[in-house]
Amino acid sequence: MNAPVNMDHEALARSLPLDKLDVSDPALFRDDVWMPYFSRLRREDPVHWTAESMFGPHWSITKYNDIMKAELAHKALSSDSSLGGITIRDRPADLRLPMFIAMDPPQHDEQRKAVQPIVAPGNLAKLEGIIRERVVRILDGLPRGETFNWVDRVSIELTVQMLATLFDFPFEDRRKLSHWSDCATAFPMPGGLIETEEQREGVFAECLAYFTNLWNERVNADPRPDLISMLAHAEATRNMTPREFLGNLILLIVGGNDTTRNSISGGVLFLHQNPAEFAKLRANPALVESMVPEIIRYQTPLAHMRRTAVADTEIGGKRIREGDKVVMWYISGNRDEEAIEEPDRFIIDRKRPRQHLSFGFGVHRCVGNRLAEMQLKILWEEILQRFPKIEVVGEPKRIYSAFVHGITDLPVRIPA
Amino acid sequence: MPQVTYIEHDGNEHRVEVEDGLSVMRGAVDNGVPGIDADCGGQCACATCHVFVDEAWLARTGDKGEQEESMLSFAAAAQPNSRLSCQIEMTADLDGLVVRLPEAQH
Repeated sequence: MNAPVNMDHEALARSLPLDKLDVSDPALFRDDVWMPYFSRLRREDPVHWTAESMFGPHWSITKYNDIMKAELAHKALSSDSSLGGITIRDRPADLRLPMFIAMDPPQHDEQRKAVQPIVAPGNLAKLEGIIRERVVRILDGLPRGETFNWVDRVSIELTVQMLATLFDFPFEDRRKLSHWSDCATAFPMPGGLIETEEQREGVFAECLAYFTNLWNERVNADPRPDLISMLAHAEATRNMTPREFLGNLILLIVGGNDTTRNSISGGVLFLHQNPAEFAKLRANPALVESMVPEIIRYQTPLAHMRRTAVADTEIGGKRIREGDKVVMWYISGNRDEEAIEEPDRFIIDRKRPRQHLSFGFGVHRCVGNRLAEMQLKILWEEILQRFPKIEVVGEPKRIYSAFVHGITDLPVRIPA
Repeated sequence: MPQVTYIEHDGNEHRVEVEDGLSVMRGAVDNGVPGIDADCGGQCACATCHVFVDEAWLARTGDKGEQEESMLSFAAAAQPNSRLSCQIEMTADLDGLVVRLPEAQH
């Protein structure tokens, strides 16, 4: 669509012919103007065919219940990396990475089970103390009375520290993790973080070499409760090819990084935009519990997941044919008024706050969902102990992506 | 109305009347029994209404479906008597059912 930023998007979304409506344009997310387009689709054409887009022809599923149905139809709708995997953008066929999120059962199930114990209740309980200690250190080190980028100082720092712990990764090198994560999901374009696929492959090679050293160290030692040791010792993963190892690393790095990071940033922004909700929270800090899933819904840090039909199937009355690309827009399902009351409002005390699509549903549901919630919960508990408010003092800058729905800059000021 | 006893991980018991035709998950959520999250609202799509069915009731609660089996395989601490409580529908025959709750739902 390539609409200029100062366009009246409400009007444009209303007047465009349906067959020209393409919600996959990354500019819609960068400019934060995606809402009216999805809202029209939910009303008029909830399972929508786009014949032409920068990502090729695809279906957009926009309503909560249809997305749920697609999530459960994993036999007809494949996640397999060789078909294009789980994001709308097809990487060149020879560069596609196998990883368990982009596999179908039974292989998916076997590999996923190798890392699942990292988020078992007992392990989460152990991590809680570590997270709180780090949150306290990060928050106490923030400047007062001056402007800084919350994303860099808090969101990225906290999530890479966590990830370094899960991998038992050298702590001083932890920013490599966020760099690799950003490179993995960056849209290749001139002047961007990644300009070409070759450049991305170079970063991946560096990442693989680094982790291969860690693997070699751990495969010869006794099993330990970190992700690399778990992969090196589990039956389903110990004989992975280097590409598969790399794929699963990228999955765990992006999965543990981008998502929580952007929910941490989103939360600060939403509370700034909704002072009445912040007042509610201050009056009753126990609401952190229900606010956390609401932040995750409202941000929807991954805007979609993609599938490829391997059999004809029907969703929302539309016939999906074998070979079709199908995009489940979580960001739209999370604003579906038929599934969620007043979905465009940020409300921290919803009755069923966890009823949202941000973690996906079915066999691919996010492995780390409770860990993500725990990090956000501890962060907000500690923020409430310290800061009367966090003022957002400039426009947030958002990522040019139809996949990672995120914020790169959030200028804030904590009153002195 | 048939009754269900939910036993929390710490041993705390909740005895609740659950209408015929409602799920064991719904009985917990509607009556404020803690320890059942039910994120997906009863679609067998998340495994956060995981319960352990008391051995004495296993035969009567029926078999797991294929989707339930695969969701349960990712639940923490799943056992042979694990079920997703959204997939157990209350009937008069289940009056007195006892289910135990895991330490946490994932």
